[in-house]
Amino acid sequence: MTDASMDQTAPRPKRSLHVADDRTRARRAAEKRFRAYGVAAITAGLLCLVVLIWSILSNGLPAFQRTVVDIEFTLTQEQFDEAEKAVLKTKVYTDFFIASLTRQLEDQGLEVAFDGKAVERLMGKVGGTLRSFYRDNPQALGRAVSFELPAASRVDRYFKGTFSRDGISEGNRFIQVEDLDLADALAEAGIIRQAFNWEFITGVDTGVDNPGGAGIGASVLGSFMMMIVVLVLSLPIGVAASIYLEEFAPKNWFTDLIEVNISNLAAVPSIVFGILGLAVFIQFMHLPQSAPLVGGLVLTLMTLPTIIISTRASLRAVPPSIRDAALGVGASRMQTVFHHVLPLAMPGILTGTIIGLAQALGETAPLLLIGMVGFIARYPETFLQGFEGPNSAMPAQIYNWAARSDAVFTEKAWGGIIVLLIFLLSMNIIAILLRRRFERRW
Amino acid sequence: MSYAKLTASALAIAAISATAAQARDNVQIAGSSTVLPYASIVAEAFGENFDFPTPVVESGGSSAGLKRFCDGVGENTIDIANASRAIREKEIKACAENGVTDIIEVRIGYDGIVFASQINGPDFTAFTPSDIFNALAPKVMVDGQLVDNPHQQWSDFNADLPAADILAFIPGTKHGTREVFEEKVLVAGCEATGAMEAMMAAGMSEDDAEDACLEVRTDGKSVDIDGDYTETLARIDANTNGVGVFGLAFYENNTDKLKVATMSGVAPSTETIASGEYPVSRPLFFYIKKAHIGVIPGLQEFADFFVSDVIAGPDGPLAQYGLVSDPELSATQEAVASGTTMGSGS
Repeated sequence: MTDASMDQTAPRPKRSLHVADDRTRARRAAEKRFRAYGVAAITAGLLCLVVLIWSILSNGLPAFQRTVVDIEFTLTQEQFDEAEKAVLKTKVYTDFFIASLTRQLEDQGLEVAFDGKAVERLMGKVGGTLRSFYRDNPQALGRAVSFELPAASRVDRYFKGTFSRDGISEGNRFIQVEDLDLADALAEAGIIRQAFNWEFITGVDTGVDNPGGAGIGASVLGSFMMMIVVLVLSLPIGVAASIYLEEFAPKNWFTDLIEVNISNLAAVPSIVFGILGLAVFIQFMHLPQSAPLVGGLVLTLMTLPTIIISTRASLRAVPPSIRDAALGVGASRMQTVFHHVLPLAMPGILTGTIIGLAQALGETAPLLLIGMVGFIARYPETFLQGFEGPNSAMPAQIYNWAARSDAVFTEKAWGGIIVLLIFLLSMNIIAILLRRRFERRW
Repeated sequence: MSYAKLTASALAIAAISATAAQARDNVQIAGSSTVLPYASIVAEAFGENFDFPTPVVESGGSSAGLKRFCDGVGENTIDIANASRAIREKEIKACAENGVTDIIEVRIGYDGIVFASQINGPDFTAFTPSDIFNALAPKVMVDGQLVDNPHQQWSDFNADLPAADILAFIPGTKHGTREVFEEKVLVAGCEATGAMEAMMAAGMSEDDAEDACLEVRTDGKSVDIDGDYTETLARIDANTNGVGVFGLAFYENNTDKLKVATMSGVAPSTETIASGEYPVSRPLFFYIKKAHIGVIPGLQEFADFFVSDVIAGPDGPLAQYGLVSDPELSATQEAVASGTTMGSGS
């Protein structure tokens, strides 16, 4: 107590608005520090983003380029017939091609010694491409056709600078040091060159021994089909559920229970939905395995809570005065909702839906259980088959490639991430644009 | 309103596509991640060479694949299970309970398991099963006594090995590879070092002693890898002293990053594995559901194609990728062609 009375008797220091006193200075310093923390936090975040984007781009961009061998090739009718009689037809096509290429290279008079085996090691798998070309274009038989075929994965990496002669051990089955000399000579002659890898964008998955031909196209389509299912199912169901809960349902313990459960569902790990999908859609309802339809259904379950929550939030954001005015001039509750409340809430609903879809697009775990993660290499033949035929999805395809032993597949996995990010980015941009365009503030 | 209509039509579409799901036209395969690369090569070639659609191959491990295989007969179950080990009695029984009685066992070839380390790391060039056991077992023999593993460096028990800290990345227990590693390396080392004898002398039954031999130390020097070989490779990349377990094919695809060690003086290669000189190898299988043959288009053709000489033979694409082809392939071809099921005398 004596201390307190002492304080009171002490003369107060003189104050001026021009001279900051200690406490003001402390407060200002605290604010400065806080701003510095904020700037530091944002810088750290940006730095992480830069590192992430840099590593994705530096690892993934090479996937859009590939080393190709530019060559003219003639297949005769007899050779075609002979190849079609074999069990492994593509091997016969490859042999014809390698023999022809070797002859052509010998005629070129290259300064490097080589044999047919070396040429074979330089090339990727070409048989499949050749066979499907000549089966589709029988008129090309007997005529010289110019092909642009992928080189072997190690040659590709050699020209991209991720593989060197040091990496080749004695007796390596896949490539020899001399092969790279030949590759250099061919590159000088303009036969081997870099080209944009269209097949990566349009192609399907390939076996582990054919990294040059692998593409993400089919799985982009698979993802797209799934998103159609998700959109068609989750938007109407989600919007209907939230309109009912928000505008019509009485507030009692039962609707409270539903609300708690929806929030809970939004937090359930996605793999749980996969297990549910396997049990209900495949084992009980006998829907096909590995099908985008089932994938879409599972992702719908996952997306619904997100959509319901965001839809309810945007319905709640519509001011009650709008409802009161509509009801006041004699509109029914349904008219009020559909003529006034819903149109005003639409931007928010769409934003929530697109963000929900984007989340579903990047989901792998539930697909694992319904058979969409694996080697699936085909385009659907019809629109309906796009839903019920087997197909993969982008994240599943990336996961798959990342696990393969050939480094070119790892590169493709990074390239796939770029494609996936482009999709996610454009969806989010659409969401932002919609909100900018239609959002109203009160 | 329009939303009601939308919902109704969406449900209708779902219902129609559910009922319109016609007979599956592709072969559906699941199982071992070791067999997956080979199966994907064959599946791609099958799609390219036949007019059937490319089969779908999923991975997930031998046990998971066989479990799905045994789920029952019908279009919504898989046709073929890949396995990096033979099917177990227990699994055959589970299969039979669900109506999967006729199973065709197909051995496609052999796979070698190699020990490899970082190419710039210490000189791990020669191992014996005893070395691995001494490095990784929880209890080892030191001076004729069974004691808790005191070894910190490889050179602690074998002066020929580099003085580097012990750190091994071995396949996790869900992998078929783990079984081979235990059987061909740990047990062999356990017997060779005399630890097994010591355990039995200490009053353990033979079975218990064998189980005890399979254990690995838990002080962080032995790390279980539950993912695939790419994960092991990443760990080796980050640890100069690390020694990892890989499949031969995986190692051969990454010779620019890894160097391999010999086992008991034998370098792993397709030749030494085929001749049986290299001790750590195992057969790879797939199992066909006979009830699906003739129902699922292309199943019989796919199986025949898989074991044909041009694919699984010594010059085929599988051998090119690293599979050690089976010397008794022609017997397998016959069994597949005639649909000989397990337990039917052959």
